[in-house]
Amino acid sequence: MTQKRKIRVMVAKPGLDGHDRGARIIARAYRDAGYEVVYTGLHQGPMEIVQAAIQEDVDMIGLSSLAGAHKYNFPKVVELLKEQGVDDIIVCGGGIIPEEDIPELKKQGIREIFTPGTSLDEIVAWVEENVHPRNREG
Amino acid sequence: MTTIVDKVIAGEVRTVARLIRDIDDGIPEVRETLKALYPHTGKAHVVGITGAPGVGKSTLVDQMINRLRKKGKTVGVLAVDPTSPFTGGAILGDRIRMQRHSLDDGVFIRSLATRGHFGGLTQSTRSAIDVLDAMGKDYVIVETVGVGQDEVDVVKSAETTVILVIPGMGDDIQAIKAGILEIGDIFVINKADREGAEKTHSDLTLMINMDLKKYEGGKWKPPILKSEAVFDKGVEELLEEIEKHRRYMAEFEKGGLTTLRSEKARAELAELVKNRLLEEVFNRLIDSGDFDKAVESVAAGEVDPYTACDDLLLSRIDAIK
Ligand SMILES: Nc1nc2c(ncn2[C@@H]2O[C@H](COP(=O)(O)OP(=O)(O)O)[C@@H](O)[C@H]2O)c(=O)[nH]1
Ligand SMILES: [Mg+2]
Repeated sequence: MTQKRKIRVMVAKPGLDGHDRGARIIARAYRDAGYEVVYTGLHQGPMEIVQAAIQEDVDMIGLSSLAGAHKYNFPKVVELLKEQGVDDIIVCGGGIIPEEDIPELKKQGIREIFTPGTSLDEIVAWVEENVHPRNREG
Repeated sequence: MTTIVDKVIAGEVRTVARLIRDIDDGIPEVRETLKALYPHTGKAHVVGITGAPGVGKSTLVDQMINRLRKKGKTVGVLAVDPTSPFTGGAILGDRIRMQRHSLDDGVFIRSLATRGHFGGLTQSTRSAIDVLDAMGKDYVIVETVGVGQDEVDVVKSAETTVILVIPGMGDDIQAIKAGILEIGDIFVINKADREGAEKTHSDLTLMINMDLKKYEGGKWKPPILKSEAVFDKGVEELLEEIEKHRRYMAEFEKGGLTTLRSEKARAELAELVKNRLLEEVFNRLIDSGDFDKAVESVAAGEVDPYTACDDLLLSRIDAIK
């Protein structure tokens, strides 16, 4: 069929904080942009996120954090992906993340961080520009 | 190519995941891979679970996985959710209920969207089932929202179809009557902790007993079970019935009644041929621009649509002959 590859994104919420409103909002924005959004719910460990992302063959993982879980969890996801031999799934983060943490997170392989100041349109525009479903190979 | 096939058979997760993506994205090259995988299929027991949104399908599947794993069985899951007809996007949330199995390498879970490709859902889901089967999963469970014809067709590619309802779904029982009844091998009233489970049970019993002749000669009569998926109640009984149905199917076929197998083959092949025709002929018409030219002629009143259709197709069909 002559149809384009569809972007698949996973929205996941590592850490212990208790609500996922932000994650749900971003999931809906992605859906409205025409993506397939795999949503895995609350309290996900980094390894669970990575395994799910591999099984779902997503192009990007969007991690959401509200209560400081980002410092450990975000880089851990990147590290585990690498360990599993995966180098083509982009990892982004969002939520309440102090500005001063951002450079370090980026250094550790988080491609972009969206803070509460970033609009949904801006986030989608970023994905459009940076996430390209891979071309065919084995 | 061979390496993809070998890796799938070896159960290599990443390869399987990517192959399913290629199937879903309609990459033509997967056809060769699927051909090579086909001889390695037919071992898994394929179970379809269908029912309205929110009846507890994913919760039930999660408990089934848990129990099957304890019995040493491996499980593949395909969870199908609808694509938004307006945006083409989808939120696939079934995994939420099953995430506890994501570290278990005896379990492979994949969320799929219906995508609305001309009935292609059935074909791509069926191919994905084949992949999980070839990968060596003992059970492949397909969760679908039982509404559209597409979903009903998906369910038809399962060997055992479980229809899930909840108490007090009077209208839904009507809907079942209207079409899904025939395809249900097992009925489960989930959320039996809620009021009205008895009433739903007797409604369903009545419906199934309406045509008792159907079950004469030892034919399978759908059992009606009750469950409370969220409390892990009634799940073992369901697995037992599924196993009974599997054995029944095996006997049924052995008894010379190969109609079942040939019905499935007919449906599958018809689907493949239709889709392939669409793909080869229709898409080519579009790509060549001939279709658009014909559209303009019809719109301009230069030709009637019937003649335009003949013009577009007949020469090509002759070429096939
Ligand atoms: N009371 C009750 N709630 C249940 C039962 N099974 C599932 N649920 C709840 O029903 C909701 C929908 O379940 P889900 O599995 O997502 O339904 P699906 O849309 O059919 O896949 C969830 O909140 C479940 O916890 C049950 O047996 N009893
Ligand atoms: Mg579900």
